Amino acid sequence: MSTELPLIGDYSTPNTELSGARIGVVTFPGTLDDRDAARAVRAAGAEAVSLWHADTDLQDVDAVVIPGGFSYGDYLRAGAISRFAPMMSKIADAANSDAKLPVLGICNGFQILTESHLLPGSMIKNDHLKFICRDQLLRVENNQTAWTNGFEAGQEITIVLKNQDGQYVADDKVLDELEAENRIAFSYVGWNPNGSRRSIAGVSNKAGNVVGLMPHPEHAIEVGFGPDARGTDGLSFFTSVLTHLVGGKK
Amino acid sequence: MPRIVVDVMLKPEILDPQGKAIAGALPRLGFTSFEAVRQGKRFELTVDGEVTEEILAQAREAAETLLSNPVIEDVVNVEVVED
Amino acid sequence: MSQEVTKEFNIDTVDNAAGTPDVELPWAELGLKDNEFAEIVKILGRRPTAAELAMYSVMWSEHCSYKSTKNHLRQFGQKVTPEMKKDLMVGMGENAGVTDLGDGWAVTFKIESHNSPSYVEPYQGAATGIGGIVRDIISMGARPIAVMDPLRFGAIDHEDSQRVVHGVVSGIGGYGNSLGLPNIGGETVFDPIYQGNPLVNALAVGALRHEDLRLANASGVGNKVVLFGARTGGDGIGGASVLASESFDDTKPSKRPAVQVGDPFAEKVLIECCLELFKASLVEGIQDLGAAGISCATSELASNGEGGMQVELTDVLLRDSTLTPGEILMSESQERMMAVVTPENVEAFEAVMAKWNVEYSWLGEVTDTDRLIITWKGEVIVDVDPKTVAHDGPVYDRPYARPEWQDALQADTFKSSDAGKNLPATGEELKAAVLELIASPNMCDKSWITNQYDRYVGGNTALAAPDDSGVVRIDESTGLGVAIATDANGRYTYLDPYAGAQLALAESYRNVATSGAIPAAVSDCLNYGSPEDPAVMWQLAEGIRGLSDACMELGVPVTGGNVSLYNQTGDKPIHPTPVVATLGKFDDVARRTPSGWREEADGQAIYLIGTTKDELDGSEFANLRGHLGGVPPVVDLAAEKELGAILINASRDGMIDAAHDLSEGGLAAALSEMVLRFGVGARVALNEIRDRDGVDSFTALFSETQARAIVAVPRSEEVRFNDMTSARGVTVARLGIVDAQSGSLEVQGEFTVSVEELREANEGTMKKYFG
Repeated sequence: MSTELPLIGDYSTPNTELSGARIGVVTFPGTLDDRDAARAVRAAGAEAVSLWHADTDLQDVDAVVIPGGFSYGDYLRAGAISRFAPMMSKIADAANSDAKLPVLGICNGFQILTESHLLPGSMIKNDHLKFICRDQLLRVENNQTAWTNGFEAGQEITIVLKNQDGQYVADDKVLDELEAENRIAFSYVGWNPNGSRRSIAGVSNKAGNVVGLMPHPEHAIEVGFGPDARGTDGLSFFTSVLTHLVGGKK
Repeated sequence: MPRIVVDVMLKPEILDPQGKAIAGALPRLGFTSFEAVRQGKRFELTVDGEVTEEILAQAREAAETLLSNPVIEDVVNVEVVED
Repeated sequence: MSQEVTKEFNIDTVDNAAGTPDVELPWAELGLKDNEFAEIVKILGRRPTAAELAMYSVMWSEHCSYKSTKNHLRQFGQKVTPEMKKDLMVGMGENAGVTDLGDGWAVTFKIESHNSPSYVEPYQGAATGIGGIVRDIISMGARPIAVMDPLRFGAIDHEDSQRVVHGVVSGIGGYGNSLGLPNIGGETVFDPIYQGNPLVNALAVGALRHEDLRLANASGVGNKVVLFGARTGGDGIGGASVLASESFDDTKPSKRPAVQVGDPFAEKVLIECCLELFKASLVEGIQDLGAAGISCATSELASNGEGGMQVELTDVLLRDSTLTPGEILMSESQERMMAVVTPENVEAFEAVMAKWNVEYSWLGEVTDTDRLIITWKGEVIVDVDPKTVAHDGPVYDRPYARPEWQDALQADTFKSSDAGKNLPATGEELKAAVLELIASPNMCDKSWITNQYDRYVGGNTALAAPDDSGVVRIDESTGLGVAIATDANGRYTYLDPYAGAQLALAESYRNVATSGAIPAAVSDCLNYGSPEDPAVMWQLAEGIRGLSDACMELGVPVTGGNVSLYNQTGDKPIHPTPVVATLGKFDDVARRTPSGWREEADGQAIYLIGTTKDELDGSEFANLRGHLGGVPPVVDLAAEKELGAILINASRDGMIDAAHDLSEGGLAAALSEMVLRFGVGARVALNEIRDRDGVDSFTALFSETQARAIVAVPRSEEVRFNDMTSARGVTVARLGIVDAQSGSLEVQGEFTVSVEELREANEGTMKKYFG
């Protein structure tokens, strides 16, 4: 496979001007993609710091990723129990503070952020009622957030979509507001895979430091271990936040 | 329009992981008075017109055959609600 | 962690049993035969207590004791060369076999059946099947890294298939996806023979460092025995209500669940919790609780260790306080583990439980008495030699005989039958046949199923369905990893039980090699009808003999597996279906070969390795025409070995960019699937096969001759590739080239079919039936 990039990189000693950034990855009981998110953080050149849901020490991290999974089995509603974790209160406070801690919620992480009211709307069962795992084409609608500044506006990217409760819903007033304020971060392209309102795949808060999306950028960071097409489109999420942290593009 | 409400619960002897997880979360939020939680399903069958005995019987049959899985679930309530 | 015992039972103590030898016991209702009950009385020197009877009856069941197959299964341990044992760290008999991968890494894998529960309640049956096999892997000290599911359903258009297929697939997804384990493959077959007996097999694979290896033994006198995870309920003891004689007459036993419900969240937490225990070396021995629950765990742990254990049964945490001692011993409640912990590690163990919020209770300790003693509020209700429960069960030499109808079946070949007349010959007919084939229930695209499974979680999946094998990376720093493929062909095995089992192994071996991995170990799930039917017993004996012979010849040891019997409706058994999983090693999974060519492969040469014979009996094409008879394709293990070596070397040396094995559906299916993998077309010709092998175009396309594969070779590598194959004396034919511009598969002189037409035919079937 001569056309491909090396599959295995040595991420243990990142040597970029951005290294030194510490990005927390939260683990709840039932979190599944925490190791993947940590790998993505390292691949981008930052240090991944494990945060345990029951702790209250943010360990001076510069940003936080809330990874995917089925925290508490998603048994009540996706994210409904995790939002009350002590670590989540700390994260919410830091995200809303003047420091505006960058927070990325992926899949179950997005659901936790909406249950925590850090992001508007909610997720219900996919319209076709089945779990779906596929390589998903998205359009970057807003490249002005902490987690998307490395993309071109309107850029189309392929990352992994996998969920059971991925249908984004909100009332029209909220949806109009999101559109007006350019807070729809990502839209599904081609086919709306879960019946989300206005094909919304991800949204941001007003300040642009909190972003949540259903698809999984951390599964598209390494050639050969992600989507068939390209396969590394997810890496820019994690390099974007590093750029943001060193005061580059917002 | 009147609705027929059907409540379905897992049979008592069947493990209810959902209820278990919720029961675990309650005391963490300070709700300490509850010994156990079981989660069920509620269905609302809307009827166009009056709910006759025949329609109610149909609803009962639907509840037993389609709305519930008799292997693991019981229909615990079928009632008419007028709006 | 104590609980109030609210029920008072009429406890049948050992003393009571000794003093009341004539009490009638419901041993027949518990499935024991009179000779078996007599044996128990002989072992104990008295009648068993109700609790002892419960233990013996479940542990001596077919499911736990392998009493009908033990004498045959021995061959897997006997037909082994020293070379095959070289990398084998743990062989058959433990929860799962362990194979050395090098660099201090090892891998453990196992396949198991959950057939009957998946028919009764498809969602929960399939879900708990995943749960059980994953706990087998954890109990070896390994982190589970992937799962796979070979499935067999009844006819695709039978109305009950809706219930079973939807339930099984969402059950596997619902449970497996919640565990964070990528589902990397499996196979799906539809055949009316499985209508009332669908086969739901589940495979799990785990990785461990050598030093983390744990075994199920209770060693170290004075060490503590702990049960942790979910509480014990009345699951899986529906038939054991006859033991109600244990309870007072006025306390009716509450209802026992007909179905076990899985809790994937509890299992996920249990996985992480166990891995933390292993990492801190907090357990001496560990055993998962599956079939036969505490009966199995205590007797296995005790008999594999120093030989003695003392357990207080009222310390078991219950979900249902009405359970009798016998029921507690037999309960098959999910998501439970039993471990042996040294007294100094008790506190650290409890801290891990607290961190993960997992319930646990200390039940007793390891002793040097050689006895398993179980008490109920201090009164002895079980006093047995644990080996007699766990290992010395009855063994039967069931009579077996080749059925009379076998000769007639084998004489009824496809081409001699009416179904084999008027076969496709013109280009148009061949094209229609190809489209019909790839739209058929068995050959159609199964992404309707696999898209309901998470194949990405973990970030180490290098290949998954529809590629020939699932490939996962284990060591990120080196790329070390494994490939696994599962295969079986019930029709082949029905036509020839000995050859069919070998063909299952040959195909899974070939699939692993096709992806570029070196086959290293085998796990098997033997799905058969009733062993009490001499014809079925013959199929089983032949299957085991065939599989063990073939393993020896290919040099891959069987490291574990499972036998599932009584898969029959009335007198009608399923086709004998030995599902074989082969595991292969990769030094670096970056070298894995996908099963299709990408656009960048434009212009690469397409080669067929191996020769084609007229072998259509039992084929998918014959199946399309409703025919099953004759003899299956010839097994040629020497050729399989050569083909495997070529595929592995070509992958390692970068000589091929794509490879796909030929199996069900022959060349027609393989070419179509390679084109569809990335939607990139090809131009091929059949004249070389026709002229060289003396077959017509139809046979060239649809024959299922074994030991063949297609590869895509970059132009720059063609000389090296041809040198290698001719040096090894292997026949190859240059069929044509990858054509990224055409958007079609062209079989020159016969027909051209567009990628869209192929896709529509291939993808439409599952959606049509299942939405």
